[in-house]
Amino acid sequence: MRLVILDNYDLASEWAAKYICNRIIQFKPGQDRYFTLGLPTGLPRNHPESYHSYMWNNFFKHIDIDPNNAHILDGNATDLQAECDAFEKKIKEAGGIDLFVGGIGPDGHIAFNEPGSSLVSRTRLKTLAMDTILANAKYFDGDLAKVPTMALTVGVGTVMDAREVMILITGAHKAFALYKAIEEGVNHMWTVSAFQQHPRTIFVCDEDATLELRVKTVKYFKGLMHVHNKLVDPLYSMKEGN
Amino acid sequence: MRAGQGAARAPVLQFTNCRILRGGALLREDLWVRGGRILDPEKLFFEERLVADEQRDCGGRILAPGFIDVQINGGFGVDFSQATEDVGSGVALVARRILSHGVTSFCPTLVTSPPEVYHKVLPQIPVTSGGPHGAGVLGLHLEGPFISREKRGAHPEAHLRSFEANAFHDVLATYGPLDNVRIVTLAPELGRSHEVIRELTARGICVSLGHSVADLRAAEAAVQSGATFITHLFNAMLPFHHRDPGIVGLLTSDQLPPGRGIFYGMIADGTHTNPAALRIAHRAHPQGLVLVTDAIPALGLGNGRHTLGQQEVEVDGLTAYVAGERHDLVAHSPSEPGLCSQGTTTLSGSIAPMDVCVRHFLQATGCSVESALEAASLHPAQLLGLEKCKGTLDFGADADFVVLDDSLHVRATYISGELVWQAEEARQ
Repeated sequence: MRLVILDNYDLASEWAAKYICNRIIQFKPGQDRYFTLGLPTGLPRNHPESYHSYMWNNFFKHIDIDPNNAHILDGNATDLQAECDAFEKKIKEAGGIDLFVGGIGPDGHIAFNEPGSSLVSRTRLKTLAMDTILANAKYFDGDLAKVPTMALTVGVGTVMDAREVMILITGAHKAFALYKAIEEGVNHMWTVSAFQQHPRTIFVCDEDATLELRVKTVKYFKGLMHVHNKLVDPLYSMKEGN
Repeated sequence: MRAGQGAARAPVLQFTNCRILRGGALLREDLWVRGGRILDPEKLFFEERLVADEQRDCGGRILAPGFIDVQINGGFGVDFSQATEDVGSGVALVARRILSHGVTSFCPTLVTSPPEVYHKVLPQIPVTSGGPHGAGVLGLHLEGPFISREKRGAHPEAHLRSFEANAFHDVLATYGPLDNVRIVTLAPELGRSHEVIRELTARGICVSLGHSVADLRAAEAAVQSGATFITHLFNAMLPFHHRDPGIVGLLTSDQLPPGRGIFYGMIADGTHTNPAALRIAHRAHPQGLVLVTDAIPALGLGNGRHTLGQQEVEVDGLTAYVAGERHDLVAHSPSEPGLCSQGTTTLSGSIAPMDVCVRHFLQATGCSVESALEAASLHPAQLLGLEKCKGTLDFGADADFVVLDDSLHVRATYISGELVWQAEEARQ
């Protein structure tokens, strides 16, 4: 694993963005060679704070992706299991995920793979843990009754199949989860720990997220920052010949 | 609502690199248009899985809903109150020329005139959609003849009328059929006004209070009967008095029907209203302020003598006065440095274009750009109950909008998503 520690949220976000940018460009994508980016799925549609709205406003409307190449799990599908199976199939047909970018819940979950999720799980319907519902309440005017209790999510196994995984972790409230994920053993109660067995994982975090780690761990990885920074500097551009 | 195959195949236009007025704020967003309406790009992306057919770079400019002028008596030599054989051409001329002022919809206004004029003119001005030919006609504004003698302003005394005898029947006898009428300005102190107001309102016609000596109580009663607008606030009404604010007091009245607000027109041309008065009104009730031009036929013409209804007016710079007898009467208004050599001190409508009014309003009140733009677009649309499709850039609304630079000068005008006017670009 690579553990990249930046001073604050903004710097961590920027570093991660540059890294993704460079990865895509180095991949040399083209008409017949798509870079498949995986992102964690979320809430059902038809809600003001729907994941579709969120993804549109924060991502899709700023880029020129062909809408047919954006695949989002549909929480309003009539047969949810079929929807999940179809999603897995689409991933396979796309040649697998090149880079999966996700976050970590305070309970150490990846996507909505709550504590106790199988570490080889696939895309499926999950009941959300209270912690997750509380964390999402801010998107529903703080009204717990309005927060969805179920969600479709990619499985731990699905993410493990990606060629590379990037986990973004910022804030002190995530510190304990990060500790459990990388300094303790692989455990289905902290599903992010599964990535200890992935060949290519990178954790990008801010100082606050490291608060529960051993000083030795933090010092070791901070000492490697000059190596890590080579991954984002120089920052490539599609316009140049690179 | 035009849904179906025709609309689905219409090209999608995406206006980029702009700030749009939406939800009362200037947002850094793209504006999407299809089939003459504002389109929801999120739905287009997820449900139809389409991208834009054409992108237009707006150079960082502001996109605001097209301006709506609910009080304009003519312009460019055209007088809406003149009963000619071809009134339609005159209206069309004005409709086309005001596109450059950012106006995409308007209410041609007739001042006090004899019944023959109304009977001849009204049928010749139907409601029409806007387009490359000009701004859309939303309906007529009939200002008079049921107004106060004392506050007639530039309206000819000989043609004033009352409806004391037969109330609404007198109205119909005077105007003829009301099919094309959108707004009627009257003085509520006239006998049986409540019957008339109720009848007009029941027909979907907006009743406006103006050219009146009504006190606050009479004005409030009129609003309770259905009046929703005040014609050029401050002008042609009793001045605000602290023990009887008169019509002006409606802005802060607590006697209005619940859920209903009052709108008021303001001529922000720098002459009709002192900036301090403009600010008082705006601060008292910003949501009701509707910018109007009250433009006369001299709009767009030079200085000199021109016709307005049954009278003659004198134009000097950005001001117009009722032309007096040909004496050497030297008169001037206390607030204006210019002198009128042979006129009166009675103001006679304005010749400031709508975009000039918007800029002046912004500068005089120090309000936000968003407020100034809404006063010329959203508020008149709300007054006329059209806010779902006009005066807004919300999804589904008609794509009538103006492209403005940061100083609010009009660079281009669009109606139904089509470019209908463009400023000469010196460079880039």
